[in-house]
Amino acid sequence: MAIPAPDPLHQHGLPTAGIRRRLASLLYRRQTLLLLLLLTPPLLWFGVVYLGSLLALLMQSFYTFDDFTMAVTPELTLANFRAIADPANPLFGANIDIVLRTLGMAAAVTVACALIAFPIAYYMARYARGWQKGFFYIAVMAPMWASYIVKAYSWTVILAKGGIVYWLVQALGLNAVLEAVLSLPVVGGSSLSTSNLGRFMVFTYIWLPFMILPIQAALERVPLSLLQASSDLGARPAQTFRTVMLPLAFPGVVAGSIFTFSLTLGDFIVPQLVGPSGLFIGNYVYTMQGAVGNIPMAAAFTVVPVLLISLYLALARRLGAFDAL
Amino acid sequence: MNHAVEFQQVSRVFDTVHAVDRVDLTVAEGEFFSMLGPSGSGKTTCLRLIAGFEQASAGCIRIHGRDAAGVPPYERDVNTVFQDYALFPHMSVLDNVAYGLMVRGVARAARHRQAEHMLAMVKLADFGGRRPAALSGGQRQRVALARALINQPRVLLLDEPLGALDLKLREAMQTELKALQRQLGITFVYVTHDQGEALSMSDRVAVFKQGRIEQLSSPRELYNRPRTAFVADFVGGANVIDASLAQGLIGRAQAFSVRPEQMDFVSEGDGGIQLAGTLVDVQYHGAVSRYQVALADGRQLAVSRPNLLDATQVAPEPGQAVTVGWPAHAMVMLEA
Repeated sequence: MAIPAPDPLHQHGLPTAGIRRRLASLLYRRQTLLLLLLLTPPLLWFGVVYLGSLLALLMQSFYTFDDFTMAVTPELTLANFRAIADPANPLFGANIDIVLRTLGMAAAVTVACALIAFPIAYYMARYARGWQKGFFYIAVMAPMWASYIVKAYSWTVILAKGGIVYWLVQALGLNAVLEAVLSLPVVGGSSLSTSNLGRFMVFTYIWLPFMILPIQAALERVPLSLLQASSDLGARPAQTFRTVMLPLAFPGVVAGSIFTFSLTLGDFIVPQLVGPSGLFIGNYVYTMQGAVGNIPMAAAFTVVPVLLISLYLALARRLGAFDAL
Repeated sequence: MNHAVEFQQVSRVFDTVHAVDRVDLTVAEGEFFSMLGPSGSGKTTCLRLIAGFEQASAGCIRIHGRDAAGVPPYERDVNTVFQDYALFPHMSVLDNVAYGLMVRGVARAARHRQAEHMLAMVKLADFGGRRPAALSGGQRQRVALARALINQPRVLLLDEPLGALDLKLREAMQTELKALQRQLGITFVYVTHDQGEALSMSDRVAVFKQGRIEQLSSPRELYNRPRTAFVADFVGGANVIDASLAQGLIGRAQAFSVRPEQMDFVSEGDGGIQLAGTLVDVQYHGAVSRYQVALADGRQLAVSRPNLLDATQVAPEPGQAVTVGWPAHAMVMLEA
């Protein structure tokens, strides 16, 4: 029996022709080259555009602004930071007010979002099946499909006197309760739409999906057998929740709270539309770099949320929030 | 006397599927009881019914004489070793083991002392400070065991605990588990699909098929006296000769089983019970070889012969016509 001669193109039974095939095997053999090709563009983007601009911002926060000529000179100074952090500085009082006002709101919104989001996320992760799951996903995310400005504006109407909330309160005969709440200091105001309570409600509504989704993802990853093991070892449901469920879901809560916290810290639209007068960090930055042209001061204020978030993360780490990761 | 576990006509129905179908069984105090069956046969559901993760759709389950209906897992005097171990990833090994005491309010120092004692018992004394993720599969298995035993349960449930381990480790753990059970005197209810594991460790074995118990007896009886074709095949890997074929061979229309090692190749004049066929495959297993023989009607028989260091032993080749024979005493009559 004749043995056919090996095809020169198909030695070892492997087709070697074709530039694409040769490229593929080159990249397969040199995985570092592949990694380099894949990572260089996004790293360049991230490094230059993202980190670069952040560094430029940090740099400019040390520049000097001349109040009389309104000119920015690249002479390095700590004056901008002193105006925020040094109690002896004449501007400190007004500036720290802005920081504390924003910080207080961001903290309150984050806590409220976490409290509201957890049960919803819990239900989505543990109980919703089939169409319910899809329904919940869409229900949680649908508000994010609408324009942020439209939502913020519609809330001014919802919360205004004669709006739907007032109508509902009246229909339920709870006028006195609303009046009492609005007469509280800090929280209240002349109407819901001009009170901190109203602003708080709008923020909580707008950022809620950013809290629900990470918590839901974290809860989804907790294996059922862990909860059963806890129960099997004698833990009542509340104990299982506290010692197993919550610690394992906590990275999700932290992730969500970074969203809600930093989004509130940087927002300048909602404070403008809803709630009492008094600037937020975002408004102040907007005014400083826009109307006033004091870019260094705006930059210094922008560093504040970055510092606050870093502090928050360090604290969360200390509390063991990432132990389950 | 109270049984450790007692099932009376217990069923568990999921939608329309009877995962467990009118099961009766009793597990004696201190017994090593195995539930054996292929996947989906209802054995794990039975275990979960005892643990309390499932509630019976019908029937009555008693644990130490007490009706278990509606009793949540955390109030049952049983503990489980899970198939995936289910160790808490955010706790140290020591805290994992001490968990059962922690939720009962035992003080930190006392529960850690006991947990260390348990870890020493499973030969992991120095591993308390590690995270479960830093342990090997076999070590995790021991931690799961220590954690389940720290509450001193009267019944320990084990759900295919050795399934994820390699063969060598599995054999070592089988010996250890059996020794531990004898030493502690606890009732073990052991779920497995590995008949070797069930036979070597158990006092009694319940063989499950489609939610029902096919046979419940000692390992020896299960292997030597299978009652049904399923048990003969699943537990012993035995050849089942059905009723129609039996009619021609022994003059009686009743199925019977013959184990492969009881069969041999014979020549036609040898007497005894014989069947002619063609050898289709030989598998070499070291100590024995398994011969696959096809009968005229397409049915297959397995013959197992020891591989002797004896040049006179003649082995047939695949494709060769062979006659398979066995002595009358090797036949085990089966229920219809």
